[in-house]
Amino acid sequence: MPTRDQIRKLLEQGHDYPAIARRLGMPSWIERWPVYRQLTGEDPLGRGAAAKSKHSTQLKARTETADKVVKSVCPFCAVGCGQNIYVKDEKVVQVEGDPDSPVSRGRLCPRGSSTMQLVTGSAREYQVLYRRPHGTEWERLPLDQAMDMIADRVIKTRREGWQWEAEGKRTRRTLGFASLGGATLDNEENYLIKKLFTALGAIQIENQARI
Amino acid sequence: MAPVDIQIGRGPNLDGALLGDTDPATQGGYPDHPPRMGFFTDTSVCIGCKACEVACKTWNAIPEDGLVFTGMSMDNSQGLGASTWRHVAFIEQRKPVAAQDPGVVHDQNVLELAGNPTAPGTNGDFRWLMASDVCKHCTHAACLDVCPTGSLFRTEFGTVVVQEDICNGCGYCIPACPYGVIDQRKEDGRAWKCTLCYDRLSVGQEPACAKACPTDSIQFGPLDELRERADARLARLHEAGVADARLYGRDPQDGVGGDGAFFLLLDEPEVYGLPPDPVVTTRDLPSMWKHVTVAAATLVGGALAAFVAGRRL
Amino acid sequence: MAECHPVGFQWVMEAKARGAKVIHVDPRFTRTSALADIHVPLRAGTDIAFLGGIVNYVLANDKYFRDYVVAYTNAGTILAEDFQDTEDLAGVFSGLDPDERTYDFHTWQYEGMEVQAASGHRDQEYQDKVGGKNGKGVRQSGRGESHGSGGVGISGVPQVDPTLEHPRCIFQVLKRHYARYTPEMVSDITGVPVDTFLQVCELLSENSGRERTSSFVYSVGWTQHTVGVQYIRTAAILQQLLGNIGRPGGGIMALRGHASIQGSTDIPTLFNLLPGYIPMPHAHSHEDLDSFIQGESPKKSYWAEMRAYTVSLLKAWWGPAATPDNDFCFDYLPRLTGSHSTYETVMAQLAGDCKGYFLMGENPAIGSANAKMQRLGMANLEWLVVRDFSLIESATWWKDSPEIESGELTTEDIGTEVFFLPAAAHTEKDGSFTNTQRMLQWHHQAVEPDGDARSDLWFTFHLGRIIREKLESSTDEMDRPILDLTWDYPTKSSPARPEIAEPEAEAVLAEINGWDAEGGPLSSYEQLNEDGSTVCGCWIYCGVYSNGINQAARRKPGIQQNWVAKEWGWAWPANRRILYNRASADPDGKPWSERKALVWWDEDKARWTGHDTPDFSATKSPHYVPPTNATGAEALAGIDPFVMQADGKSWLFVPAGLTDGPLPTHYEPQESPVPNLLYRQQRNPVRQITTMVHRNDRFQPSGDEPGAAVFPYVCSTYRIAEHHTAGGMSRFLPYLAELAPEFFCEVSPELAAERGLEHTGWATVITARGAIEARVLVTERMTPMTVHGRRLHHVGLPYHWGNNGLATGDPANELTHLSLDPNVHIQEVKALACDIQPGRRPRGRARDELVEQYQRRAGITEQTGTEV
Repeated sequence: MPTRDQIRKLLEQGHDYPAIARRLGMPSWIERWPVYRQLTGEDPLGRGAAAKSKHSTQLKARTETADKVVKSVCPFCAVGCGQNIYVKDEKVVQVEGDPDSPVSRGRLCPRGSSTMQLVTGSAREYQVLYRRPHGTEWERLPLDQAMDMIADRVIKTRREGWQWEAEGKRTRRTLGFASLGGATLDNEENYLIKKLFTALGAIQIENQARI
Repeated sequence: MAPVDIQIGRGPNLDGALLGDTDPATQGGYPDHPPRMGFFTDTSVCIGCKACEVACKTWNAIPEDGLVFTGMSMDNSQGLGASTWRHVAFIEQRKPVAAQDPGVVHDQNVLELAGNPTAPGTNGDFRWLMASDVCKHCTHAACLDVCPTGSLFRTEFGTVVVQEDICNGCGYCIPACPYGVIDQRKEDGRAWKCTLCYDRLSVGQEPACAKACPTDSIQFGPLDELRERADARLARLHEAGVADARLYGRDPQDGVGGDGAFFLLLDEPEVYGLPPDPVVTTRDLPSMWKHVTVAAATLVGGALAAFVAGRRL
Repeated sequence: MAECHPVGFQWVMEAKARGAKVIHVDPRFTRTSALADIHVPLRAGTDIAFLGGIVNYVLANDKYFRDYVVAYTNAGTILAEDFQDTEDLAGVFSGLDPDERTYDFHTWQYEGMEVQAASGHRDQEYQDKVGGKNGKGVRQSGRGESHGSGGVGISGVPQVDPTLEHPRCIFQVLKRHYARYTPEMVSDITGVPVDTFLQVCELLSENSGRERTSSFVYSVGWTQHTVGVQYIRTAAILQQLLGNIGRPGGGIMALRGHASIQGSTDIPTLFNLLPGYIPMPHAHSHEDLDSFIQGESPKKSYWAEMRAYTVSLLKAWWGPAATPDNDFCFDYLPRLTGSHSTYETVMAQLAGDCKGYFLMGENPAIGSANAKMQRLGMANLEWLVVRDFSLIESATWWKDSPEIESGELTTEDIGTEVFFLPAAAHTEKDGSFTNTQRMLQWHHQAVEPDGDARSDLWFTFHLGRIIREKLESSTDEMDRPILDLTWDYPTKSSPARPEIAEPEAEAVLAEINGWDAEGGPLSSYEQLNEDGSTVCGCWIYCGVYSNGINQAARRKPGIQQNWVAKEWGWAWPANRRILYNRASADPDGKPWSERKALVWWDEDKARWTGHDTPDFSATKSPHYVPPTNATGAEALAGIDPFVMQADGKSWLFVPAGLTDGPLPTHYEPQESPVPNLLYRQQRNPVRQITTMVHRNDRFQPSGDEPGAAVFPYVCSTYRIAEHHTAGGMSRFLPYLAELAPEFFCEVSPELAAERGLEHTGWATVITARGAIEARVLVTERMTPMTVHGRRLHHVGLPYHWGNNGLATGDPANELTHLSLDPNVHIQEVKALACDIQPGRRPRGRARDELVEQYQRRAGITEQTGTEV
């Protein structure tokens, strides 16, 4: 167990408490007081230990009861803060900064701190929606059918916009369809998008990096 | 029922319990407790990003608190309340960033300014203060003192927590708070405030706000260590010429016996919307209690013990 | 930085705590200013004048780091006699063709040789090198982004004057070019008081040299201009002069705004690039792989190996079908003819040429410049696929856009078929992001996505699979590239969601990394061959899967490593954390100072060593002199740190690769209330405006032109800490929406008084493109300034809002226009001119009428603002 002097010295060097706990090999600050759970004794005013409710007694941090912690990266800006994703019963129950990250040291900004709401919140859509030409409302469409329809449209517009040549020079391309997006996606996704669309002859492939 | 009546049931030994420097966890019946834990919020490094507000809401599943454009600089959360347990205040001042000059008028009314054009050439001295406010977890917590149901209780960490399964929404705690922190949620009538993430503390984790804070403006730790740290920081700032820097809520001899969550400010507390000299609203209780005890001992001694026992259920 | 990258800002605070001075230069007083030592408000659009003034200060007062400048930059290189500067030609460089709005770069060359740009606009020299008629400069064709840049002599050796005295050496050219950027001139243009400006000059130069370094940090406040690339170039000149490149604590940091915006540039979903900054081929007569390589790559530096990089990429894409006999399927690559940027794509949509559109995590209906043009383009499509988390404005414009409200469009008349496909979140898929420091970090899948939500990996893979199945029997030559494509990634399914056949992201990463002839994973791009024996999807990422281990997933805690933290994630190239770090040592290979040691030459072991991975050939002695006919990396000397440059030097003056001049010059923005005080030339003469002429994108008069006073204020779009870009990931979340629930504009008390704007009331902001309403935030954080002897005000416009979601408001991009930087085709939304009036904007058709009324008052025609 580290001594108080050790801790004071690190404090003087400007380290914060969680960092000191990590540095001294203390998995958490609480372990300095192994008796902390042994809450006995009296509560003369009846507003401390004696007042602790059933709910409070059973309270357990969901970070503690999670089935697993998955290592991740914040999806907002490009600082690339480390995230820990806490999962219980195959659901995300908490998203927090990863203290191990040399980039972020466990911290997250307001956007990063909202990640839990981003990935589990009610704003997310989970159904394919379809608006037919000249339609006034969304309709439902099975995913498989949507994929099949999109593939047909790519093939058709690609062919219609095909140019073997432009201004007398070989171009082997289509102007029929375009794509915008990628800065929020994974490298692997960008790779497949560029590979597939280029093989289809599309050149108008762009993303936020231009904007 | 008057708040004072409730205190009768709180037991006989009040030495240091309601005034002055004391160890609240010991007073709370935790003889072998961990050190008192708290926050030191160093506003001199706050960037006003509001990560604390969002991290707090995320961890505690607090509902959205209204979509209101206030015009109060970048503050649209307005203040602490039942559904805002961390709140970042923004203060725009025509003062130099580093050196402070006590005694000048601090507050600026942007509405008035809009009608009075700034004189050219006065743009040099301007600063934007930001400060993340939170429940102070007072050493002598009036909210707790007045709570009739035992919903508010003192934890083994010396913090003050509302228990949502006990609170009946009586609302006594709300006027009792010298800082105006604790508040009732309209939707369910119950009182809510910062728990200093009691559930996280219980498993050795730091509170969500402190963990998220990008610049370590919010620091969490054993209160005595935080106080040492704060003293050192204050000395450094004074050395650097920031004469107006001061600690708020650090002094165990103040009107609430010192705060479990205290602050380093760069201006008068009022500038941040904090009371300059908060006093536990139940400070007169000891003498009242003594007075009442006489009556209790002679008239209702037995009932008192029953009340205390009942609270244990 | 504190606004948009708060967690990154912790390191600025760390530096400040250790004594660093923080200078924040921004028209607005932001959260960053609040924590800075000095805030310098300057007029939006004048950074080149500001930085050029510091260059002048450094040169005039001999504050440059001479040893560094002489050894590592092209300061001593002598220019050919036919170069003429903007000082000679009233604000333009030699080589301008005003009719074509292009520069011929040939007069910008070194004496006795021609120089090849290794990135930037490499196609400039294609005709010179491959032969054929007319080697004149390129039009706005859009070549590689300038990550590094470089060149090599096609013939000859540069003539260098190490004394820096020769009148035509770059150092002297630079001195003359910036001589008139005096503190007084800077102040008059930028609005920054002379003493504040000089304070910055002194702090910066005092904090540079052997013992100290200074760093620049920028974001889109520098890129979103018609001279954006030259903004960054000016900072580069300054940092070279001060010796702040390749050294710890130095550099020019681009803070990028999206999780993988760096990755989507490296592995580009960009029209002008192939993975690893290999240019997309332009259409040329009879072009084959040989002429492509000859035309686009230098013979010295690591870019000399471009054939190996390109062939390995073609092998990754077309596998066994790519053979030496068919040029490794080089002909399968579609060809460019000019710029095909996102803004030209909008024009192609309006023209009916582009009929289908995929939007994958972008919201152009409010997030791109001139949002109305974006929506009109989409309304002219046959089909649109939107993949996102929520119903963003780009998915719903057909029923609720401003054009529907005004009656300009009617839902029933819009023929666009819209598919909305819900996207999976990062928690629901494996993959890597590349952060703003070029570091790849792997995120692991935590849970399965719900409902129809799928990853973009899933979508792209299965779309390709279905298309290939449908075309399986085709014998049409146009279908060969898609049928020959390697597209056989393994998939996985969880017991919980057996119907989801998710491609293995790590298998894609393995292809990006590449493998050798035996199928073993490669560990370095130096292993790539040009004979087709190696496969590599992105040469700069080669090594991320070395030894078959996902290096991007490495997570050795930072506290257990030194400050470079090389075992966390993986940075390209070759896990180097600071680029060009050989420059952290002096020419002899010793650190410039112990304080600033990063890598150094270990004489005993005869190798480079240090805290970081050396960005240099590990065993090349500092005293190595290349043989006369050496090529590739061999051709670089031991004192040439800039290994992607064909001469191994950093460039103060850019003889090739830029379309708008070899030196940064102050021009006013496309729209400005102020005339250019330095030159008769008002704007960048080759700014890109002519490819996007449209009645909905009219420009305003500037400076002293009649009608300019109708738009007397400078406005700028920007972000705040509470939201993320166009709001798709923030406005829909209660916890972020409540922090900034409505669109607002920021104005000074003085401007509020001048226009009668009421704090928290409404204001209408008008340009020649549109009129929007915003809540008014009157704040002293907006600084009125004195420019050219007159009072000048800014209107601040955070651009996060739209109609959908919880936090709503008009999009600022209704006001912005399509004039672009000619090098990289980025729009100028950081400096515009506008008017502001109290009260809400008119509704419906009356809103358009207000804009038309302003156009009439300012006398705006199709020609306005289009002068060269």
